Amino acid sequence: MSKTLQRPALVRASSPGLLLLLWIVAAKLTADASVLPQPWALLAPFAEAAASGVLPYHLGMTLWRVVCAFVPAMAIGAALGFLMGRIPAVDQWLDPWLVVFLNLPALVLIVLCYLWIGLNETAAIIAVVLNKIPNVATILREGARALDSNLDAMAKVYRMRPLARLRHVVMPQLAPFIAGAARSGIAVIWKIVLVVEFLGRSSGIGFQIHFYFQLFDVAMVLVYALSFIGVMLLVEALLLQPSERRIRRWRTV
Amino acid sequence: MIKVDIRRKAFGGEEILRDIRFTMDASETIAILGASGIGKSTLLRLIAGIDPAFEGEIIRPDKIGMVFQEPVLLPWRSAVENLTLVHPQLGTEAALSALERVGIVDKARLFPGQLSLGQQRRLALARAFAGRPDLLVMDEPYVSLDPRTAEEMLALTEALIAETGPAVILVTHSESEAQRLARRCLRLAGRPATIASDLATTSTLLSRGMHQDRA
Repeated sequence: MSKTLQRPALVRASSPGLLLLLWIVAAKLTADASVLPQPWALLAPFAEAAASGVLPYHLGMTLWRVVCAFVPAMAIGAALGFLMGRIPAVDQWLDPWLVVFLNLPALVLIVLCYLWIGLNETAAIIAVVLNKIPNVATILREGARALDSNLDAMAKVYRMRPLARLRHVVMPQLAPFIAGAARSGIAVIWKIVLVVEFLGRSSGIGFQIHFYFQLFDVAMVLVYALSFIGVMLLVEALLLQPSERRIRRWRTV
Repeated sequence: MIKVDIRRKAFGGEEILRDIRFTMDASETIAILGASGIGKSTLLRLIAGIDPAFEGEIIRPDKIGMVFQEPVLLPWRSAVENLTLVHPQLGTEAALSALERVGIVDKARLFPGQLSLGQQRRLALARAFAGRPDLLVMDEPYVSLDPRTAEEMLALTEALIAETGPAVILVTHSESEAQRLARRCLRLAGRPATIASDLATTSTLLSRGMHQDRA
């Protein structure tokens, strides 16, 4: 491949353009707007939904659920993963649980939470959190296992205080794992949140997709799905990537 | 006084150290020599308090400094922060003075990854001495350095020991390093390792001889 085609900036600009081109060609070949409309055909319904306030409301509800699920899933998953990576006895006890929860389909957990807790917000959030914790724990367990024993020894010899040790010795080593878990976590969580909303909520992108699915309105399904993808790309670009760059600054200087 | 009385140290079923007993005075420097894999570093980790799993007793001071085989720095913190975070009682000014003493004060704001191996070793040395330790433990501190840098580091270590006066336990493969820095040489041998000999170094004997001559 020529060097021009490998330039990062060019690739970043061309790759989404290529996807868009594929969409246009597929829509052309389908020749049925009710099955796959052209990208520009979504602009008018998007503008209408945005102006009416319906789209922002449902976007906001989904985003709120993502945040509510993301924070406890990361906190609990990271703590569990860290303990499992550091204390073999905890790992031995919890590893079979982890395997069970990792292999339990998201849908089963969602349905069970709705059945046991009821069709309410608590059940929705718990279902998402339970789905995500095992992934976060697995990633952080690897991070905890990879902690540098020499740095541990250094901190011990110099009697660094527990909080200082956590902040300056342990957390910087775990940061890439936490960032990885956060990035994959947020991507998975919003997809699960959509399923949760699809099955049992009366607001959110998932609820709206369910609604337009029943009307077989592909354009509106795409409008809602793409709107939220846009929000998540913004979160990635404005929050996750800058914080990751800051964390990795010492590697790149 | 530092007292080491290790009856037994094993990893799994394999016994590594047995009946290692010695005492040393404050400000005394001891070199520990022995073949690779004999258990010198294991012994040092027990003495430094890193590994508490052994049979026996070690009486050591609270303030310990350690120089590892590798520099073992916090790569995500600047050189000066590597001193102030490990020794919080040390102000930035004192930390900068410590860096100046080892000749890298101009690198204070750089990350360890931006320093050469020799400079990283100097930073590790500054960290060890900055806390004014009563016991300094050094695990082959000049390994993998070129002869010139090793000589510079050796001279710097000598000067810092003379200035701060801690008891020093030095693990080394180099007879000449041991002769130059230490008053006593403990040689480990056997499996499990025991103390095969505990002798005064040539420099000590010479200085004693000179004292006797003068007397």
